[in-house]
Amino acid sequence: MYDAWKILVGLAIFLGLFTFAFWMNAVNAGSVGKAAPVPEPKIDTPEINRMAKDERKCVEDKQFMRTTHMQLINDWRDEALRENNREYINEKGVKYVISLQNTCMKCHSNKKEFCDKCHDYAGVSPYCWDCHIVPPEEPKEEPKGNEL
Amino acid sequence: MSMNRRQFIKIAGLSTLFGVAGKGAFEFLSPGVLDAAEHGHGAQVPEEPAEKAIRWGMTIDVEKCGEPGVVDKCIKACHSTHNIPDFGNSKNQVKWLWQDDYEHTFAGNENSYMDDHVKELPFLCLCNHCDEPPCVRVCPTKATFKRSDGIVAMDYHRCIGCRFCMAACPYGSRSFNWFDPRNALNEKEYNMEFPTRMRGVVEKCNFCVERLAKNQLPACVEAAPEALAFGNLADPDSNVRQILRKRSSMRRKLELGTKPSVFYLV
Amino acid sequence: MIEKALKGEPRYYMWLVFLLGIIGVGMGCWFYQLHKGLGITGMGRDISWGVYIAQFTYLVGVAASAVMIVIPLYLHNYKKYGKLVVFGEFLAIAAVTMCMLFIVVDVGQPQRMLNVLLHPTLNSILFYDMIVLCGYLVINVIVGYNCLLADASHRPHPGWVTPFIYLSIPWAVSIHTVTAFLYAGLPGRHLWLTAVMAPRFLASAFASGPALLIIVLLIISRVSKFDPGREAVQTIAKTVCYAMIVNLFLVGMEIFTAFYSNIPGHMHPLQYLFVGLHGHGKIVAWMWTAAPFAFIGVILLLIPAARRHHGILAFACASIFLACWIDKGVALVIGGFIPNPFDRIVEYSATFPEISITLAIWAIGALILTVLHKVAITVREEQAST
Repeated sequence: MYDAWKILVGLAIFLGLFTFAFWMNAVNAGSVGKAAPVPEPKIDTPEINRMAKDERKCVEDKQFMRTTHMQLINDWRDEALRENNREYINEKGVKYVISLQNTCMKCHSNKKEFCDKCHDYAGVSPYCWDCHIVPPEEPKEEPKGNEL
Repeated sequence: MSMNRRQFIKIAGLSTLFGVAGKGAFEFLSPGVLDAAEHGHGAQVPEEPAEKAIRWGMTIDVEKCGEPGVVDKCIKACHSTHNIPDFGNSKNQVKWLWQDDYEHTFAGNENSYMDDHVKELPFLCLCNHCDEPPCVRVCPTKATFKRSDGIVAMDYHRCIGCRFCMAACPYGSRSFNWFDPRNALNEKEYNMEFPTRMRGVVEKCNFCVERLAKNQLPACVEAAPEALAFGNLADPDSNVRQILRKRSSMRRKLELGTKPSVFYLV
Repeated sequence: MIEKALKGEPRYYMWLVFLLGIIGVGMGCWFYQLHKGLGITGMGRDISWGVYIAQFTYLVGVAASAVMIVIPLYLHNYKKYGKLVVFGEFLAIAAVTMCMLFIVVDVGQPQRMLNVLLHPTLNSILFYDMIVLCGYLVINVIVGYNCLLADASHRPHPGWVTPFIYLSIPWAVSIHTVTAFLYAGLPGRHLWLTAVMAPRFLASAFASGPALLIIVLLIISRVSKFDPGREAVQTIAKTVCYAMIVNLFLVGMEIFTAFYSNIPGHMHPLQYLFVGLHGHGKIVAWMWTAAPFAFIGVILLLIPAARRHHGILAFACASIFLACWIDKGVALVIGGFIPNPFDRIVEYSATFPEISITLAIWAIGALILTVLHKVAITVREEQAST
């Protein structure tokens, strides 16, 4: 084989870079071959706890939200901001105000225990919260003034 | 199959190009069709009843602005409602509403021998929400766009930060986030109901569209109703039209054909 | 054929390493800019476009200048340009790439740049600018590569390339006209709101681009065995000369219109540039460097004896390149923002990271140019020796 050493060294570097994801993960997790635990987002927030058990409904049902909340939020963004339509009527005819900060995050005010759980697991970092303000961690009293 | 290096690269490149172009062609010709798969899960939007024309406008009574504290409370209301950062220097500053004197607000219309009174009066400057806005004309992504009610709105999600709109605006109404605005905001003073912006996007006065959606007046108007009036310019009987019939008014740089919606009552 | 760029003399590699060094420093500064924000530049609320967009504007002109070689060769059969048109096309490729890179470093959200294509806005000139620049890059790659490949294989140029060559002629004019439209349609900036913006852009492009090409060709004839041809270089020099005369004439027109009409809005930006305004005058020294260089360049190119001497020719071309760069790359963009819409003067000076990123992009352009020209030179040398 011509230039044998150059090829072997190049191959070694290539394999190292190619499997970067695997061994970097192992380094971070502290062991090889351990799967990350399935995420368990918690809905234990003051606002949700205030509601009666059978009234705890999100804008849409859980399965839909799991698969499609990204698309819904995208649609909401364009509807509210570009079409000036800030009212959403869900499958069951219930009306909601279109707002990430004031509707979604009002109930799901625990970003670290809810939103981040699945996002970290899936390795995505949506930039929503670069702008939209995350509710503070500690339970708040009733917000004053401009309530929706 | 024998293939030389050049053929391989050509085929790989063409395949990539067709792949990308396919999606791109779909987006160009039927935007959103490919993403529509998950739509329709009850996403009904209520039909808007056919309404008469709205063109939001504002009148600013300059004399009343001259009274102590008026201008400051307007600016404070606006900047606190919208989480506007304070970077502490004029280079990076972000401002939606500010004051300036006659000579500079109406640059190009300077009056050499002006009366001392008007010389000292504060003029509130903001986005004029023009009827024919140059900024909307130049935006390459429609991140700034004109709504049917006359407001020139900003979509921060789409803005690429090219700052073409800043060059186009003849009034200097627009600010760019040169740094992360959250570094220049006090967390305790956030208005929790309104987002901040991210760095790299342009922003300006939005005539409080989020408040209008809740049938509230813009924050500055609410703070100083004696000096500012806000209403529908398209309705001949609205408050602003009545005011404009009684008081003489000026607008900035009318010769440029932008048709601003902010009137200064002098 | 591209592999011809991999073999060269030691000084070829040293030049590449030197360029890579500059690029490395600039990339570091660019990561810093991505991390902190565009605030690390000298731009601000009043001067919202600075060095980056100025370089972009200038380099679109340099890119368009390939047409000054293509028209005589392909429309008028001026065979003397036959061997060197590919050098002009490769210069266009390097220049357009630099333009695009300057845009990438200038926008606040570069990862969203595709929004311009995803949400086409037919009334926005920037939308057309993106399309025509990408198209021009593609055209020049197709034409340059295929014609050179044919030369390397001792075959005639493929016929299917000809429509692209003809297309490149109006397209080159369009890229710079569209870029001029970016400025010329804005109502609030009096330095830019002039019908003469597009003609002036084209004139200075057709002066500065070929001037750079002459300098590059002179260097090439020194470091390699390829001889572009004395006659051909002289003709390009005459093109540069007359284009620069037109450019200076148009500048004169601007000055006349502003100062004879006596309209303050028209006069103020020019006053700021040439004599300073209200005590501010950071760019005055630049303008009074550009002016003598411009005239000296033109005069030297007009005198046949001076033009034929390669040393003087190089100096004259460099003067014109520099003068045009100051005019477009420094004065135009920054001067347009002064005074601001409130008739106040806010001045601009580039910061170190900004300059470093700018130099890095110029170095990337030089790198692309070097590699592509190396291939072209090797092909021409092999052609000459067979």
